Amino acid sequence: MLSRVAESIYWMSRYIERAENVARFVDVNLRLILDAPVGMQAQWEPLVATTGDDEVFAERYGEASREAVIRFLAFDTENPNSIVSCLRAGRENARSIRENISSEMWEQLNDAYLLVANTSEKWAMAEPHEFFTEIKLASHLFMGLTDNIMSHSEGWHFCQLGRLIERADKTSRIVDVKYFILLPSIWDVDTPFDDIQWGALLHSASGFEMYRRTYGLISPDDVVAFLLLDREFPRSVLYCLSKAEESLHAISGTPLETFSNPAEQRLGQLRSEFAYAQVNQVLRSGLHEFLDAFQTKLNFVGDDIYKTFFALRPINGEPIQEQTQS
Amino acid sequence: MTGFEEYSTDGFYDEMFAPDGSARPAAQMLIERIEGFPEGELTRRQIAAEYALLRMGITFNVYADEQGIEKIFPFDLIPRIIDASEWEWIERGLKQRIHALNLFIDDVYHDQKILKDGIVPADVVLSSERYLKPCIGLDPPRGVWCHITGTDLVRDGDGQIYVLEDNLGCPSGVSYVVENRQLMKRTFPQLFGMSQIQPVEDYPSQLLNMLRYLVTDKILSPEVTVLTPGVYNSAYFEHSFLAQQMGVELVEGRDLVVMDGFVHMRTTKGFERVDVIYRRINDDFLDPKAFKPESMLGVPGLMEVYKAGRVALVNAPGTCVADDKVVCAFVPEIIKYYLGEDIIVPNVPTYMCWKDSDQKYVLEHLDELVVKEANQSGGYGMLIGPHATKAEHEEFARRIKDNPRNYIAQPTLSLSRVPVLIDDHFEGRHVDLRPFILYGEDIYVLPGGLTRVALKKGSLVVNSSQGGGSKDTWVLSGPSGTDA
Repeated sequence: MLSRVAESIYWMSRYIERAENVARFVDVNLRLILDAPVGMQAQWEPLVATTGDDEVFAERYGEASREAVIRFLAFDTENPNSIVSCLRAGRENARSIRENISSEMWEQLNDAYLLVANTSEKWAMAEPHEFFTEIKLASHLFMGLTDNIMSHSEGWHFCQLGRLIERADKTSRIVDVKYFILLPSIWDVDTPFDDIQWGALLHSASGFEMYRRTYGLISPDDVVAFLLLDREFPRSVLYCLSKAEESLHAISGTPLETFSNPAEQRLGQLRSEFAYAQVNQVLRSGLHEFLDAFQTKLNFVGDDIYKTFFALRPINGEPIQEQTQS
Repeated sequence: MTGFEEYSTDGFYDEMFAPDGSARPAAQMLIERIEGFPEGELTRRQIAAEYALLRMGITFNVYADEQGIEKIFPFDLIPRIIDASEWEWIERGLKQRIHALNLFIDDVYHDQKILKDGIVPADVVLSSERYLKPCIGLDPPRGVWCHITGTDLVRDGDGQIYVLEDNLGCPSGVSYVVENRQLMKRTFPQLFGMSQIQPVEDYPSQLLNMLRYLVTDKILSPEVTVLTPGVYNSAYFEHSFLAQQMGVELVEGRDLVVMDGFVHMRTTKGFERVDVIYRRINDDFLDPKAFKPESMLGVPGLMEVYKAGRVALVNAPGTCVADDKVVCAFVPEIIKYYLGEDIIVPNVPTYMCWKDSDQKYVLEHLDELVVKEANQSGGYGMLIGPHATKAEHEEFARRIKDNPRNYIAQPTLSLSRVPVLIDDHFEGRHVDLRPFILYGEDIYVLPGGLTRVALKKGSLVVNSSQGGGSKDTWVLSGPSGTDA
């Protein structure tokens, strides 16, 4: 497979996953507000913090109001991580590799982009739940098509790799930010509101029901364990890392537990760290520090994937200048 | 709206109706079906078809900036119909033409017999900016230069079909032929069961066969690629479509590299050898080492590999010399010289301004003629005499006198028309036809081709960059007017 094509497939899939996660964050926050006790301020800042773009936001919008945050995260074409920007970038990547994906996949992605590009902001503000549900469904439909009609060969594995790495990153960010905000109240009392807030965290990863069946009662430690370390829930960080590792090895043909390139080595180390971690140890050593370090390591994995598969190999020792996506 | 009661041919040759307003036999059944549609049905289907085009992303870029404004290529639902016997004649004519042109191109890069025999003046060919000296003496694989041609045909007011030009460079539009047909099948499934329409869907297979035929070595699965200038090129959709339909890699110049005497592409597993390149990049940009040094689109060193016979390029570099409009005017003589036959489908009569007698005539009749630059296409660099201002006439007169070699003139043809759906009624619009011809083991002509239509009322310019649209083109397989 052409390196350029592999890179575009990888980023196409990352951007769509990113758009879906942004929709999840916003949707859950909207629900959370509906259930908030009287007198409690709606919290919109943490949402922006989740995406890691809080500085850009503060600069451009100042106060984090409902309208400003939804506009910034969904419709702002100058925010590279807004839903519309992600879908556009995903579509541009897809457009440059149309011959490698099936026409159904392309049409679905084109539809999703046209949906957002043609949606009036006014409608989305008035019916935000409908709007964000549409985005999630569009992403699911795309991923479903990918799984069901694209040959599970090299291209599909790059698709998986992009999707899973993006998802691992976003799940870790959800846990990080929410844990920070929810923590103080939870140590105090076991009120119904705490349950709702932790429930919202699970909802944002579509994991509420799956969590219930695994752990039953809602406790902060178990929620963190579920979202970071569960081996079977497809949005947990460990699950994403394991499946990403499988795809990476399928691409290179190297058996698992060995490595033939830096990306495999680093991802293997990171996956092992999660596979052998326990939630109480993680919490004791500091959850935020743990997640921060994780995100940095995951970025290194991304860099290694780039260097191993996408970067132009020099010919006759001439160095090559390139642009990369992020 | 119910039908064609109000429709008038306005004195033009109409592809669907005879001058007395009666239906031409081949179109009879289609007209009956259309008239049987309930009120508003056609308009509804037209809108649905346009939306489908947008969804499928069948668009072309209007200009190339980051945001890339994309437009759908306007599509009109009413097909253009060609009956079986007329098509048989066109097909024969095109095969004859391409056969002779290929012999001509090979000759001018080798012995130049036709020039030495004085059939075509040597300085006309050798002075063409499209005559590429680096190609002298080259032997392309299987002896084929012009693998893919998109010849433009027009019909004049008296019903005569002429060849306007050949487009031997990188003719575009075949993807729209295939997609238009799919769209028509989706939109009007009931029309297809009734009529015997020759299929166009196998074009990608024909193309792939032709490309693979060029690999003469015993290679089990030759690596065929389509080379595109990139996603911002106006024909990018087509490049991507053809690669997708053939199941081959779509590459950009930056994906390819010349190493150890072969062309390779950069893959996730290292370098892989490439055997055939269907390049959608003009000659000038192919190889910065051989042609334009500033080209960023091509592959440095490509021509050396090509000369060594280690990669096939489609079409062969240098082919476009026959696209020069002055050279094109000699096609009747070229056919006679190589094949000993008379031309079947005639050229549009052409005045060559480098001939004093022709130039005198052209300058005296500028208000009647169409003047074209020898090496421009896409509707650019031309003067449509009857529609132009006096200032424009003077401007062209000056240009012709300054550089007579660079200009030809042709009579302003009264292009035939086809009904087009405008809002809720039909109006006649001028059309041309671009059939596509593949030259591999045999010469293959895609039945029909791209019917381009000038959607602006009265306009004669059908190019998509200038407000043109397209129609599905039906070549019937049985004798006209009979049911299958």
